[in-house]
Amino acid sequence: MKGNPIWEVFIRSKNGLEHRHVGSLHAEDAKMAMENARDVYTRRQEGVSIWVVESKNITASNPSENGEMFDPAKDKAYRHPTFYDLPDELEHI
Amino acid sequence: MKNITSKDEAFQARIDAGEKIEPKDWMPEKYRKTHIRQISQHAHSEIVGMLPEGNWITRTPTLRRKVGLLAKVQDEAGHGLYLYSAAETLGISRDELFHQLHTGKAKYSSIFNYPTMTWADIGAIGWLVDGAAIINQVMLTRTSFGPYARAMVRICKEESFHQRQGYEIMLTLCEGTPEQKAMAQDALNRWWWPSLMMFGPRDEESPNTEQSVKWKIKRKTNDELRQQFVDITVPQAKVLGITIPDPDLKWNEERQHYDFGEIDWDEFWQVVKGNGPCNKERLQARNDAWNNGAWVRNAARAHAEKRAAQAEVSEAG
Ligand SMILES: [Fe+2]
Ligand SMILES: [Fe+2]
Repeated sequence: MKGNPIWEVFIRSKNGLEHRHVGSLHAEDAKMAMENARDVYTRRQEGVSIWVVESKNITASNPSENGEMFDPAKDKAYRHPTFYDLPDELEHI
Repeated sequence: MKNITSKDEAFQARIDAGEKIEPKDWMPEKYRKTHIRQISQHAHSEIVGMLPEGNWITRTPTLRRKVGLLAKVQDEAGHGLYLYSAAETLGISRDELFHQLHTGKAKYSSIFNYPTMTWADIGAIGWLVDGAAIINQVMLTRTSFGPYARAMVRICKEESFHQRQGYEIMLTLCEGTPEQKAMAQDALNRWWWPSLMMFGPRDEESPNTEQSVKWKIKRKTNDELRQQFVDITVPQAKVLGITIPDPDLKWNEERQHYDFGEIDWDEFWQVVKGNGPCNKERLQARNDAWNNGAWVRNAARAHAEKRAAQAEVSEAG
């Protein structure tokens, strides 16, 4: 069937928390995607805010390139607090 | 060839290490196909599962029962939708999934090919059928394929209300008149064995189990899950004061489990093959729903196009 694309649904469960991906659904346009998301994913007050994004508009990283993508951060221990040697008696740092 | 083997080995190593597999990860073709089959069968079961209970929505004894049953059936529609979208992450389209269901190519849980003849059947379904489904689904929250596991977590959160509303129906009947209690007993008599069949063939008759356990699609075998269900359910029947229709059922002190009688596997395979009491009716109902709903899909399309055209005009203006 032409049309009826897939939409990814993101829900903020309460203010102060980020939107989280919860799943996907089909709808003809954004407004109907929003209505469907309300019915499918928030039947028990699971959210206070919904984002719907047509799946084709998401650019995803490729897991087979995870090496080049994420390994460069692997050997940079100096980005973490424990890398730095400080005396034990030191407080509040 | 060597290369392929090492990819398979690396994949198995990830599974053994307890890593989850996500849709864009490399996976053996058989892992993908097995998941498409299992997740879509599960989705179809949720959708077809609405039919036997939907049968009673207009005839519930009270308004309280009606809102409960309606909400439960609505949840099952939601479960179907979560699962269809999990299956689609593996590269099969929603249309193809529906096509497989409507042409009878796809299977769904055989339990839904039994009729709901009395109101007590709605109680028995919530208690036993959702109860059996919960045992299977709790195991599947730890399955190796990420989208399937996440859908299961969402589903399990919703299921416990299903079982409790069913049990409450049974409890009310069992505390009622002798006729009402007899209705509850009759429903248990008819749903007990089909519920045990929900866990599938015995381990030695289930050739896919070994691979499924290796890939952590299943974390327990059919017989292990069935035993767990029996052990949990027998005391619940005692609370109701009705009798499980199995003369061989008894506590085994040594095993610390209930022993139970042999399932009628001929009946099981007959229903799987399409010869159950309601197979034709269920398939027809799904086809009718799809065909009679065509105008809704067309209207949604037309409405979206109209809205898009109006937006264009107002932008141009
Ligand atoms: Fe369900
Ligand atoms: Fe359910």
